[in-house]
Amino acid sequence: MTLADFGWAIARIAIMLGFLLSVLPVVIWLERRALAWFQNRIGPNRLGPFGLLQPMADAVKLFFKEEIVPANADRFIWALAPALSLFPALVAAATIPWGPNRLLTPVADVDIGVLYFLAMSSLAAYGVLLAGWSSNNKYSLLGGLRSSAQVISYELGMGLALATAVLAAGSFRMTTIVEMQAQPLWGVAPFLHNWLIFTPWGLIGGALFFVCMLAETNRAPFDLPEAESELVAGYQTEYSSMKFAAFFMGEYIAILAICGVMTTCFLGGYLAPINWSPIQALGEGGGMWGVLATLTGALMPPLWFIGKLFGLFFSFLWIRATLLRLRYDQLMNLGWRFLIPVGLVNLALLTVYVVAGWVPALIGYAVAIAVYFLVFGVRRPERRTVALLSEAQPYRPKEAQSG
Amino acid sequence: MVERILFFALATVAIVSAGGVVFSRNPVRSALLLVLNFFTLALIYFMLSAQFIGALQVIVYAGAIMVLFLFVIMLLNLGSPEAVMQERDLKRPLAYLIGFGILATLVGQAFALLLPMPPQPPSQAGTAKVIGQALFTQWAYPVLLMGVLLTVGVIGSILLARRRVS
Amino acid sequence: MEAVPLNAYLVLSAFLFTMGAIGVVVKRNPIVMFMCIELMLNAANLAFLAFARYQTDLLTQVAGHIFVLFVFGVAAAEVAVGLGIIVVIFRLRESIDVDEVSLLRG
Repeated sequence: MTLADFGWAIARIAIMLGFLLSVLPVVIWLERRALAWFQNRIGPNRLGPFGLLQPMADAVKLFFKEEIVPANADRFIWALAPALSLFPALVAAATIPWGPNRLLTPVADVDIGVLYFLAMSSLAAYGVLLAGWSSNNKYSLLGGLRSSAQVISYELGMGLALATAVLAAGSFRMTTIVEMQAQPLWGVAPFLHNWLIFTPWGLIGGALFFVCMLAETNRAPFDLPEAESELVAGYQTEYSSMKFAAFFMGEYIAILAICGVMTTCFLGGYLAPINWSPIQALGEGGGMWGVLATLTGALMPPLWFIGKLFGLFFSFLWIRATLLRLRYDQLMNLGWRFLIPVGLVNLALLTVYVVAGWVPALIGYAVAIAVYFLVFGVRRPERRTVALLSEAQPYRPKEAQSG
Repeated sequence: MVERILFFALATVAIVSAGGVVFSRNPVRSALLLVLNFFTLALIYFMLSAQFIGALQVIVYAGAIMVLFLFVIMLLNLGSPEAVMQERDLKRPLAYLIGFGILATLVGQAFALLLPMPPQPPSQAGTAKVIGQALFTQWAYPVLLMGVLLTVGVIGSILLARRRVS
Repeated sequence: MEAVPLNAYLVLSAFLFTMGAIGVVVKRNPIVMFMCIELMLNAANLAFLAFARYQTDLLTQVAGHIFVLFVFGVAAAEVAVGLGIIVVIFRLRESIDVDEVSLLRG
């Protein structure tokens, strides 16, 4: 590895870390303001123009808080847990290509990019588990166990959705997945890019990945482990000051990294929706077409990537403001008994496409959807109404009674 | 040169963490040191150009199996150190003797390799493509059997952990 | 740049295997015994991959990697069932010291 390679590697790492850490305050501000507007109130708007300095004030406040160590807690593990929560989030974004320039973009363009991301996101279960255990507090322990059980359950759905992207591209390398999406749309329209989400397997896989994203990062509607009314902030209860800040940062950076992966694998990464390559060809001669070629070829793609990233993050906020929290057994039911079978059927139909072409695959999708509706019907939400208060019974799920 | 230093560092971490697993009295610490050991082994696998297996090592062993171990330890509430009850006097020295015997045998065999094994250039064998091709063609039956085994394991563990209706 | 010789990997694998073997005999907590068994399986995996790296033929190299995949699968199934057994024993006996639960009577 020559000195030039080493220098470019350092530059890539610096750009990626700098981007993640500097976009973090923007993301925190956006969450508070956007959530507030959804809830018909104004968010923090006192500090700085439009409240943009609010995250800075939060950081200063957290820095000066007193740090309380719980009694009889396992000190070393208690101090290690926030670091174990922050580390996988920061390194998970290392294989994501955010632009077409291969000297600057993925920090590590490895053969196993998607597997690397899955590996780092499975390490995320440790920070939560150890935080809950070492705090010597039953609410923390319950919150930690529930949260890590949720994380490992939805990892399978995430893996199946990413397997769809990998199979469609033929490689685990994220740059190959993005290049696959640079093909003409459905093979016929030369001016549009073939983002994976425009294909039926990509649509279902992308929806599956989106739901698993929400569950992996403990965001609403899957945020029972950190709900204040349920478990007193769950595994983060006994953490204050900078350790809490580390959990907080770890959560938002994990959201950014996982949105980056969804953007790369399903939404075309840094590709614009319209295929600008005729302009690239025209721009060979220089002049105004050359300027336009540089603009669309080198400067716009990172902006497209960031735009899609923020679009996904905004949808996270939108869902948080809109949907109700799922109860824990509903959450586990959804993960194991609905999402994993959907992922498997999707993968099977994608292999039908790879082997036989798109007509049998579409027929397969129609058959699968028809079979699902015939067998399971359309489920109505549970409704219980009683006339008298004295007749009201507490809710018990049917399976728990027979044990 | 760099490779040798890297290997030496990783091997030291692996052996020290394995020692910690065996000689620690707190099961949670043993589990965490084993996670460190698996992670270090994954890095050694990357050095051996086994990148697919290395990533799978982190996902399967460090990310799933050890989380399962930690769940069981935490649910059974075994955080307290093992109570030192009456020490069986014969067990430990016998264990060390057997261990030394195993070590001597294996190391002796490692140095007695008579076949010339020169270092080969890093090959394509570690990539997902080659492993996938082999899995689906030459090793298809063992893969199916492995699927049956894992299904039986899942069914078995669910049946074991179910509470009986009394 | 000289590569690491094959013997180094094999010696490391031997050390890890020995420590796992000592752990299985010495420890009384069955969960920690299981962890030492996993350590032994990983030592075997390391030996497989080290040998696979030094082969000349691609098919034999791939065979080494595939063996390791099967060891992963077997270890996962074994851990699932074994920990289930430990949980059941704990429910019945309230103690999981293997020296205590040595009677075959339930």
